[in-house]
Amino acid sequence: MNKLTSRIGTVVGGILILVWCLLPVAWIMSLSFKSQEAVTNGSPGFFPSDGGGAGWSNYKDVLQDDQFRRSIINSIGISLIATILSVIFATLAAYAIARLEFVGKKFVLTTALVIAMFPVVSLVGPLFDMWRTFGIYDTWPGLIIPYMSFTLPLAIWTLSAFFREIPWEMEQAAQVDGATSWQAFRKVIVPLAAPGVFTAAILTFFFAWNDFVFGISLTSTENARPIPAALSFFVGADPFNRPASLLAAGAVVATVPIVIIVLFFQRKIVAGLTAGAVKG
Amino acid sequence: MSTHVQTATKATRKAPKRRGTDRSRAENSLARKLVAPAIVLMLVVTAFPMLRALYLSLFDYSLTAPDDREFVGLSNYWTALSDSLFWRDTSNTVMIMIVTVAVELVIGFGFAMVMHKVIFARGTIRTSILIPYGVITVVSGFAWQFAFSNTNGFVNSWLPFAGDDFNWFGQYSSSMVAIMASEIWKTTPFMSLLLLAGLAQVSDDMLEAAKVDGATWWQRLYKVILPNMRAAIMVAVLFRALDAYRIFDNIFVMTAGANGTESISFLTYRQVIEQFQLGIGSALSVLLFLSVLVVAFVIVKVFRVNLADARQEG
Repeated sequence: MNKLTSRIGTVVGGILILVWCLLPVAWIMSLSFKSQEAVTNGSPGFFPSDGGGAGWSNYKDVLQDDQFRRSIINSIGISLIATILSVIFATLAAYAIARLEFVGKKFVLTTALVIAMFPVVSLVGPLFDMWRTFGIYDTWPGLIIPYMSFTLPLAIWTLSAFFREIPWEMEQAAQVDGATSWQAFRKVIVPLAAPGVFTAAILTFFFAWNDFVFGISLTSTENARPIPAALSFFVGADPFNRPASLLAAGAVVATVPIVIIVLFFQRKIVAGLTAGAVKG
Repeated sequence: MSTHVQTATKATRKAPKRRGTDRSRAENSLARKLVAPAIVLMLVVTAFPMLRALYLSLFDYSLTAPDDREFVGLSNYWTALSDSLFWRDTSNTVMIMIVTVAVELVIGFGFAMVMHKVIFARGTIRTSILIPYGVITVVSGFAWQFAFSNTNGFVNSWLPFAGDDFNWFGQYSSSMVAIMASEIWKTTPFMSLLLLAGLAQVSDDMLEAAKVDGATWWQRLYKVILPNMRAAIMVAVLFRALDAYRIFDNIFVMTAGANGTESISFLTYRQVIEQFQLGIGSALSVLLFLSVLVVAFVIVKVFRVNLADARQEG
């Protein structure tokens, strides 16, 4: 009886996990296909009712909205730049932590740990004030800089965990076999380190893409406003009636890049998320 | 680790060397150069603004009247601490933290057990569990807000005990339930992945031995599995608790603090950005930072979390 019940339990559990993860996503997609009239008049229920469907028109409307289009560009640009820079700095630091003995290693790791847990909202006031003084309020750099500092801890952990696993003796083995230092680095170390760097990049991108606090407080116009902030300020034509289905379409658009990344790099993300927290 | 121990024979000059060999000095200076950019960046955006907040918190300073800035000492802190709003928001935040982490721990552990055992559709399940993790918190907030909505949602019609026109956002308690639902939905996967990594470290031999000795399923869970993944559980709780304490996005999107559902982060944001009260806002920032430290300290002390496990380095 044991085997069978635990088998059934696992299957039921697996289905529960799928429902848990996908139901709200399915819901927001279903909502995005409800027509705006139906939503205004009230259309309870999971699926669009008969005649209450809107086809792709919500998506068309949302993508034709200048502010929203602009926020997509902002989000992609800001997140990518922040990711690349953050991963470069984190790679340098993680190499030092994993490979070198130095005074102050503890300080670096503790700083990273404290910053990872920092209540971001408590920085919003002083940063708001400082950024206006420096003239980078409501600009891309004004968001890129805080995103970098807040993704560095995660990237440093993930990368130093990965780097510690790399068999560095292979570099010397290659040199003994006649490779130059550059060849040894290029042909041996880079391929071994690349998966870790890539994982750190994905997690960093997720953070930057997800951020809301800095997005709403350090921007004031579509000049630098990222998607989450744009979504929360999206009021549509009638400010007294939030256009739920339009918002849902916008939300789906904002989620698509994440889903694509998850679909392609599932293994790497799981490895990275857990590498920083538990020895593995 | 140090596979290339080069003895610095030639370099033993008479120069005063208090820090060991040339080799280790060179390593030190290289390491410092490599670490410097990251450290500087992290401190510029956190330590410096925090000190600035500490300074500004001593002033009566409003951005609407910047010239009237006036030194007031600790009175901003007194104003904040003697205001019932501050305590109401703090207790909201603490409640959200405790409830969501507790629920996530239980559900997340269940998910981890299933993922650990599951054979069919392993890839599909692991892929889909990352989707809530990746979805923007604001989107999660919207999805759940509309789901709970009495005009356009489906929750009322699916729940047997809720009337069809029950307004979830009409009063405090049900609003909090909706907020916590969106938070729990989004962050349980993260919890379950951390727990799964811990679960993978429980040795099968030990479980097998317990089984042979006649331990029941519950006994194996309580006496073998849980004690052996203590470190993973504690790290997951610490990370998630501090993350939950910062809750802001969901509340902003779902209720905007209506019906007393504000969190302490939201209060701070409102003072600074919406009302431009930089003085009292900075005092709140400092208090928020201090309260996170207190929460971290309590968790580390009460649960005796070993931080070396968290960052893998002593």
